[in-house]
Amino acid sequence: MTTPEAMDAARVDGRSPEPARRPLIRQPRRGISWEEVLTTIGAFVLAFFVGAVLMIVSDTEVRSKYSYFFSRPSDALIASWEKVSSAYGALIKGALGGYEAITETTAQAAPLICAGLGVGLAFRAGLFNIGAQGQAIMGAMLAAWVGFGLHLPPGIHLLVAILAGIVGGGIWGGIVGWLKAKTGAHEVIVTIMMNYIAAGLLAFVLTTTAFQRPGRTDPISPVVDWNATMPRLEGGRLHLGFILALAAAVAVWWLLDRSTTGFAIRAVGASPHAAATAGMSVARTTMITMVLAGALAGLAGVQAALAPSVSGTPVPLSAGLVGSIGFDAITVALLGRSKPFGIVLAGLLFGGLHAGGLAMQSVAQTPLTLTTVLQALIVLFVAAPALVTTVIPFVKARKVRPVGPAAGGALT
Amino acid sequence: MSTPSTVTPTTTGAEPAGSTAVTHYVESTEKRRQRLSTGVLVAVVGLLLLILLASTSGVARFALSDAFDAVQLPTVDVPGAPTVLVCGVLCLVAGAGFISGRLRGRLPALAGTVAGVAFLLGFLTWAAAGRDLPFPVSNQFAGTLTLATPLVFGALCGVLCERAGVVNVSIEGQFLSAAFAAAVVGSLTKSVPAALFAAVLAGVAMAALLALFSIKYLVNQVVLGVVLNLLAVGVTGFLFDQLVQPNSAKYNSAPVLEPVPIPGLSSIPFFGRVLFEQSVLAYLAALSVVVVWLLLFKTSWGLRVRAVGEHPHAADTVGISVTRVRWSAVLAGGIFAGLGGAFFTLAATGSFSKEFTVGNGFIALAALIMGRWHPVLATVMALFFGFVTQMASQLQTLSTPMPSQFLLILPYVATIIAVAGLVGRVRAPAADGIPYEKS
Repeated sequence: MTTPEAMDAARVDGRSPEPARRPLIRQPRRGISWEEVLTTIGAFVLAFFVGAVLMIVSDTEVRSKYSYFFSRPSDALIASWEKVSSAYGALIKGALGGYEAITETTAQAAPLICAGLGVGLAFRAGLFNIGAQGQAIMGAMLAAWVGFGLHLPPGIHLLVAILAGIVGGGIWGGIVGWLKAKTGAHEVIVTIMMNYIAAGLLAFVLTTTAFQRPGRTDPISPVVDWNATMPRLEGGRLHLGFILALAAAVAVWWLLDRSTTGFAIRAVGASPHAAATAGMSVARTTMITMVLAGALAGLAGVQAALAPSVSGTPVPLSAGLVGSIGFDAITVALLGRSKPFGIVLAGLLFGGLHAGGLAMQSVAQTPLTLTTVLQALIVLFVAAPALVTTVIPFVKARKVRPVGPAAGGALT
Repeated sequence: MSTPSTVTPTTTGAEPAGSTAVTHYVESTEKRRQRLSTGVLVAVVGLLLLILLASTSGVARFALSDAFDAVQLPTVDVPGAPTVLVCGVLCLVAGAGFISGRLRGRLPALAGTVAGVAFLLGFLTWAAAGRDLPFPVSNQFAGTLTLATPLVFGALCGVLCERAGVVNVSIEGQFLSAAFAAAVVGSLTKSVPAALFAAVLAGVAMAALLALFSIKYLVNQVVLGVVLNLLAVGVTGFLFDQLVQPNSAKYNSAPVLEPVPIPGLSSIPFFGRVLFEQSVLAYLAALSVVVVWLLLFKTSWGLRVRAVGEHPHAADTVGISVTRVRWSAVLAGGIFAGLGGAFFTLAATGSFSKEFTVGNGFIALAALIMGRWHPVLATVMALFFGFVTQMASQLQTLSTPMPSQFLLILPYVATIIAVAGLVGRVRAPAADGIPYEKS
């Protein structure tokens, strides 16, 4: 892939770039091509196949049947089939089987969509936002603090808590944007480091009197006030957070496709030099993008802190509350091709995978961590369509379109 | 590749090349900005020490040896407040020196060193002053080496990959899978060499994935690194839950590496215990630094690696196979990452638990960047990060007013300061992260 920067470097070296072999700014393509759908499906099939192999290999009982495979292959095959089908069956049932399962999927998807939008928006500006994790942690931290530290009237309390979280994430992302714009520090390194700084900060505040639950010695906060808890529909886990996530997706779509700022973001993402030549401020766009990306990831943290759990009250703030939302978000943004609608779909898909994974763990005794494997494999295969077309012969991709931002690559 | 942060006689770009003979000092804007920000940073640190002076009381005691040492060294008593005062003033003077711009030649480096040592000493004195227990100096240094061992391996892996132009964000994932392999194979065979071999194999396997997807399928390397980390977390976590956890006696009780005292050298007071009573992996790490340095800078393969990382097109033109060199460098890096991963299992408890490398791969990445993609400098940085982490745990046992979390995030803050160019600009290999397509 010839990045704009590489082509520019070539120009500086005195060699002319290759003549329009690949246009600098790709033609905006509406819709999704048939090949892309096929390779994506192929990636899923491959991922689930590898997951099945992993399940069979790691199950001692099933594996023992393979020791006499050649004398009676049916035993081993039947055992394998039962193992795999029960696990994947539970997975699908836990994600889609009934109202409760579907609302669990939306509850799991909501933070993924928000943080995914944050990562995807930055991708569109050519920025690698690996820091959604840190931004979500800051969002969760501030939202939770407003939630249990202040006592405001109903409605206002929730609003203030959500805003606090968004601002927290926005500041955390903004620092990265500011450093990138002012000093050229590469955002990949800065965001990775900011993740750990946020985690360290959370570990610290949980030992202070402002955050630690009175009477407890372990780092855990009080439970968030009822006034600051997101309302939910009775009988399931469909709560305000999912509506907020969808609203955020629409807002990001509007921003990217209908607003001047969004145009600047896309222009900078396609070619910073061209955007600068056209009179756009790359530094300003970078900062705005990172603040917005951080705010979206912060909203994901808000959901982790304020969304009601199965018991009805939010999970109190602790070191592991945010989990790995920020890193899952990167996979969501990649699978969703950095487009708001795609991210919603990808978020629902991985949300379903998580929800189903929980069911799979309790029903089929297959560890939840299998969903992490599936998630990583899906994205890996989607990112390398050439591999999918090699392994599955009837899937043909004429054009290999790399996922992720067009510009960038080198670390500093 | 390191660009010194010191003020050097430079000629601005506008001058003709012939005028270099005139030795007047012209400072570029960037150099000036760096010098000023370094000065301000050092001065702020000095001020901080002076503020800490208010809460310093009593005597700080530093124990040079612990109760188990054969040769007992005295415990050094340092008056708290005066030491902190002197250190703070030294930092301020050094900072003023940077800001004034009158430091020439070796002086900036000297001022930097003085400021660094003064800050460290002042900070430690403040932390230890008035405590019941003395600060264990030998423990501090021995622990530094232990903690730095995996970081050194990880940084060396990163150096090899990135010098060849492949960004490696997945050191963490390589550590994790290697640690897992070491635990399982070590438990099954009860043999350390077998466990080490398995760990290296796992590290190389992860490296092969990195190479396959980044070099052959041209997947964006940063994205790839993140996904590979996730994959490692998933696969090791799944196998741990499904296979290892229910059966930990069989699969999760690997032999532990005992410290190997080197005969003779280990009985030297103080240094013997610090340097020559480490595990085999620590000695191996020290050896690996030399090996990587030799490989990179003294062999033709190393020259090719560096060429491919700086200008793959030029390397290709003179007949070097960019693909092959990158593959070999990434796989070689996997060996070191594997050894580093094995450390987590074999040098500690002999058992694996989920995600227990907790960000060490990323600290190794930070050490690599702070060390400017140079094996020796990266090692120094790994030692520094190990020192800070060890200090955090030491201070926790001394129950100092300083929360240990702040010390633990210091490596990350330091890295941000470095990449932001506040203290000397770091520059990656030119083609780092850019896939090469033969045209």
